[in-house]
Amino acid sequence: MTAATSKVLEPGRSTTLPSARRFLLWTGIVALLAWVLVPIYFVALGAFGGRLGVFRWPKSIWPTDLAIEPMMQFLTIEGVFNALINSLIAAGLTVLFSIALGAPAGYALARYTFRGQNAYRLLVLLTRAFPLAILALPLTVSFIRLGLYDTPFGVSLIHTVLALPFAALVTQSLFMGIPREYEEAAWVFGCTRFQAFMRVVLPLALPGLAATAIFAFVISWNEVFAASILTVRERTLTAYLLRILSESPLHYRFAGGFILIIPSVLFIFAVRRYLFAVWGIASK
Amino acid sequence: MADIVIDRVVKEFGSFRALQEVSLTVNDGEFVALLGPSGCGKTTLLRIIAGLETQSSGRVVIGGRDVSDLAPRKRRLAMVFQNYAVFPHMTVFENVAFGLRMQKASQADVRRKVERAAALLHIDGYLDRYPAKLSGGQRQRVAVARALAVEPAVLLMDEPLSNLDALLRLEMRTELKAVLREAGTTTIYVTHDQTEAMGLADRIAVMYGGKIDQIGSPLEIYATPATRFVGGFIGSPPMNFIKVRCAQGKAQIGAAVLPCPVAGGDIELGLRGEDASLTADGAGIPFDVRVVEPMGSHLLLTGSIDGQLARIVAPPTAKVDAGARVGLSVDPSRLTWIDSGTGRAMART
Repeated sequence: MTAATSKVLEPGRSTTLPSARRFLLWTGIVALLAWVLVPIYFVALGAFGGRLGVFRWPKSIWPTDLAIEPMMQFLTIEGVFNALINSLIAAGLTVLFSIALGAPAGYALARYTFRGQNAYRLLVLLTRAFPLAILALPLTVSFIRLGLYDTPFGVSLIHTVLALPFAALVTQSLFMGIPREYEEAAWVFGCTRFQAFMRVVLPLALPGLAATAIFAFVISWNEVFAASILTVRERTLTAYLLRILSESPLHYRFAGGFILIIPSVLFIFAVRRYLFAVWGIASK
Repeated sequence: MADIVIDRVVKEFGSFRALQEVSLTVNDGEFVALLGPSGCGKTTLLRIIAGLETQSSGRVVIGGRDVSDLAPRKRRLAMVFQNYAVFPHMTVFENVAFGLRMQKASQADVRRKVERAAALLHIDGYLDRYPAKLSGGQRQRVAVARALAVEPAVLLMDEPLSNLDALLRLEMRTELKAVLREAGTTTIYVTHDQTEAMGLADRIAVMYGGKIDQIGSPLEIYATPATRFVGGFIGSPPMNFIKVRCAQGKAQIGAAVLPCPVAGGDIELGLRGEDASLTADGAGIPFDVRVVEPMGSHLLLTGSIDGQLARIVAPPTAKVDAGARVGLSVDPSRLTWIDSGTGRAMART
């Protein structure tokens, strides 16, 4: 009897309960989306709305009289283009260094067991715990001595330090996901260790390595503190904008902010699958 | 073609001795199975032969060439891995061609040899596909074809069939035997499955605790196990071991007396379940039947001989009831006499 009633009740419960849950889920999703997207949307409105758009009150939430001109004007401000180039150089070098140094470290962590492996893994992360502000003065002094001060190369070295822990740990999990047997098969069938890596491991790791590269790129692109203290004339875009925007009209600030946001958003969108994989959440 | 000599190979992992002075000779063209339970060192031995693991001491000689310190690629061998290790980013053709490409074979040569290996393993229809589109059995075939395409002097196989389902395993086993016979390659095959080893191998090396307990033809190992472990590991049901005392050339089991061809005190009698037959009049070794399991082709009787657990195989038509006491007659020449202390079979005097 009880079994029969519960059988009757169950279908009803199984439709109401998940629907309430689904409602909660979607509310959460919408709230989180709004949290991220609404500010970006208003920055974009400001960036493309021009002087009038920024100061109009009450504010329209719909895109009215947008124009590309404010953005073009902003890009032609003296120094912006140079800073953009510097940013690209610094970010490019950061990508190069963090892959060149981080991927071998990740490979070693994934494939070999050695004494102090866990300590090393922790140490890699601890570099991020070191506040850059404390290092700023000694770094500036030594950079001046070494002739690295006020160069994109010098900035990229510091950015590499910031990106390297991620590069090493992300590539470690990447290489761990590639079975050792593939490599062993390659060795048996005539490959040296290096050839096996190039022919078998690298092609399989490439998507993940690309994600790591873009990650390093964004870290460098967004970093402002080190870039500001280590450069004077050859500023990166973030550092340059920080200086000029405080004395610029509001719509220029929006334009600058918008340009800075775009690469990060594009990056996260492009590599979201790999990030989930890194964090152990299946994307299926 | 090449023979393999494994000369007193020792492997230590820290303080753990995975292999203790293992020596083994595999003749040219021979198929030898390394059989043993997991953790007995069989895979470690295979990996040492392949060069994927370095021995702590000892030598590996392939075709008269000491390869002990050579990298895997210089040992002129091929290997089939347990999880196939078929490269997922290459087509079946490129997978099979991998070894040939590394040898820098000419384009025509590669095509000819890949097609021959593919035809042999019946994968010629899938050469353009990627491994992700293949079933487990097909991937296994690709792995074997890749190994055979390089025409290796020595082929190593590490539990190649263990990931296949039972039916496919039986089919691949038969096919593998035919293919390898044709190729005439010296093969070492690691497995924990005794039927695989018995069915495929010319000789079986039974490994236990980092040592080879016995090397011999399947029938030899089955009929005359060298140790208690070999007797218990090979055969289904496993060999029965019954403690007896020998005195003046006679062994007493219950009321029955057997001629005892060995000298010594504590002795175990190794008796295969199918080597005993039921006597019509209940004479012979007394056997108390506890459970009768009809298996179709035979009856499996579980019970006790002289208070000790034993399993006996009887013909399917035999009339035996649980709880009955029956008599067994045995052929003395098919018995194994084992020293209880050492666990080794004793020589007949």
